[in-house]
Amino acid sequence: MAGIPHDHYTPKSGGERWLHKRLPVVGLLYDTIMIPTPKNLNWMWIWGIVLTFTLVLQIVTGVVLVMHYIPSTEQAFASVEHIMRDVNGGFMLRYMHANGASLFFVAVYAHIFRNLYYGSYKEPREVTWIIGILMYLLMMGTAFMGYVLPWGQMSFWGATVITGLFGAIPFVGEPLQTWLLGGPAVGGYTLTRFFSLHYLMPMILAGLTMVHIWAFHTTGNNNPTGVEVRRTSKEDARKDTLPFWPYFVIKDLFALAVILVVFFAIVGFMPNYLGHPDNYIEANSLSTPAHIVPEWYFLPFYAILRAFTGDVWVVQIASFVTGGIVDAKFFGVLAMFGAIIVMALAPWLDTSSVRSGRYRPMFKWWFALLVVDFFVLMWVGAMPAEEPYATISLIASAYWFGYFLVVLPLLGVFEKPLPQPGTIEEDYATHYAPNTGGTTTVVNPAE
Amino acid sequence: MSHADDPTGTRRDFLFYATAGAGTVVAGAAVWPLVNQMNPTADVQALSSIRVDVGGVQPGTQLTVQWLGKPVFIRRRTAEEIEEANAVDVSTLPDPLARNANIDGEAPATDPNRALAAPGAEGSEEWLVMMGVCTHLGCVPLGNAGDFDGWFCPCHGSHYDTAGRIRRGPAPENLPIPVAEFADESTIVLG
Repeated sequence: MAGIPHDHYTPKSGGERWLHKRLPVVGLLYDTIMIPTPKNLNWMWIWGIVLTFTLVLQIVTGVVLVMHYIPSTEQAFASVEHIMRDVNGGFMLRYMHANGASLFFVAVYAHIFRNLYYGSYKEPREVTWIIGILMYLLMMGTAFMGYVLPWGQMSFWGATVITGLFGAIPFVGEPLQTWLLGGPAVGGYTLTRFFSLHYLMPMILAGLTMVHIWAFHTTGNNNPTGVEVRRTSKEDARKDTLPFWPYFVIKDLFALAVILVVFFAIVGFMPNYLGHPDNYIEANSLSTPAHIVPEWYFLPFYAILRAFTGDVWVVQIASFVTGGIVDAKFFGVLAMFGAIIVMALAPWLDTSSVRSGRYRPMFKWWFALLVVDFFVLMWVGAMPAEEPYATISLIASAYWFGYFLVVLPLLGVFEKPLPQPGTIEEDYATHYAPNTGGTTTVVNPAE
Repeated sequence: MSHADDPTGTRRDFLFYATAGAGTVVAGAAVWPLVNQMNPTADVQALSSIRVDVGGVQPGTQLTVQWLGKPVFIRRRTAEEIEEANAVDVSTLPDPLARNANIDGEAPATDPNRALAAPGAEGSEEWLVMMGVCTHLGCVPLGNAGDFDGWFCPCHGSHYDTAGRIRRGPAPENLPIPVAEFADESTIVLG
């Protein structure tokens, strides 16, 4: 593995040498865990561990829930209630799994916006970024299918609306939707396949996690300055970095402990706060709940889906240019997926040579607006499809696309960046007094 | 025997392409059953036709039945509802087509083209039989609701009029009318 120069594993005992010759697995683990990590990482560099932990939490609780869950239209709802009432500790396991999904998305959004602010997606970390986006898409698919399994009203109608998106694709939409569902409408045949895929996809996610880690261990971590670790020699690299174990592992575990305090407070005292009461009503194919709302983590993209109705001029132009093939319904679907695609293309849309937002005076404000925009979209996504929410969601959707397609390319041309520190060591020295072991903060960093 | 200096296609090239081609075909043949198993099963496909007793449906009320896993609205409309539906200029509708599987696909969305005539009452527009599935993303619209006195979809705010035609909102088409006919005075056959 290329990367930052550091001391590699050397087997010491006879047994270690014996194994190392045959399977260098200890060396692989050693190099992974001892990777030189920029010593100026701040608290936004904790989400990776939180995400890894949450994936394990979801897989472990999921595996045991499957021991009691029955994927059939007659028994799914009852078996979930059986887990809640009869299985030993079942309510806790299920609440951890359900709220674990929320923790997963809190962490992934913080992780994504950290990358957007500090320019972690930029050269040479594009592959890490793209794998990350794929993982995010896979997470959304897994969460969506998992939400269908309890077979409540929101499960059923959420599945109907989301698979209806595929039906909006011109020409192939309807057969594609039938193929996905296994019939003309959501039914038992849909439930069993979603169950199978809900079990499969986290395993793929676990595999992609390893590739994700492999990719950024090759390029090295980004850091709040965006300045690269010096690779000229082991000595230089050592001035900019500390080994991941124990320095960053302990820091990350402390952060994880704080986050888990909040998590278990929610699981223990308000486990249904993030859910919908309608999902405690068994699925009924003849009656739609009065107000279908997806889970909070889908709301921003759901708002974009709904924003583009037939009376919006871009939709009318698209419909006219394509001779009616792209109608309002298909346009909404394209916009929703497009919102994630433009984000995936950020490494190539961002023309600024400066990585970190810390040294980009104009970028900072546009980025802050993007964060606000994200929360606005989340809010309007939960509101009914009427005025003034329709206009707000349209403006907010436009900014989401504007940020990636207009602001990022133009800022690189118009913005005059602030001077960056020459090395990570220099940045560290300005923040922490020398000879204190870095424990006394001299200047409180803004981030 | 060496072919190293043979400039044109060699036996080795031929074997390479033949193997790659055969490998692609075999891979495709192996994947297809895995894809096709997700299509509707034979028992799902077998559900085609049902009979519905509509003898007890009074004017101004509606029956919802399940057909092919989806709701079907059977509404016996009042004279006011029919009048309201006929008062609309078809050319101003977002979807000007009748979307009626029983008649020509290009037929305009007039009220007589949407209604189902009962036996012995040709020309009557009392009965309206249509899929209760919003053409936007598949929710079930609510009856006697919306700004046009017909149906209202709670999911994304599509308004349908008393003939089930889309009037406002994101839905692109009128509620579709399935293949249906009266078997006798009080029985409708769907499919």
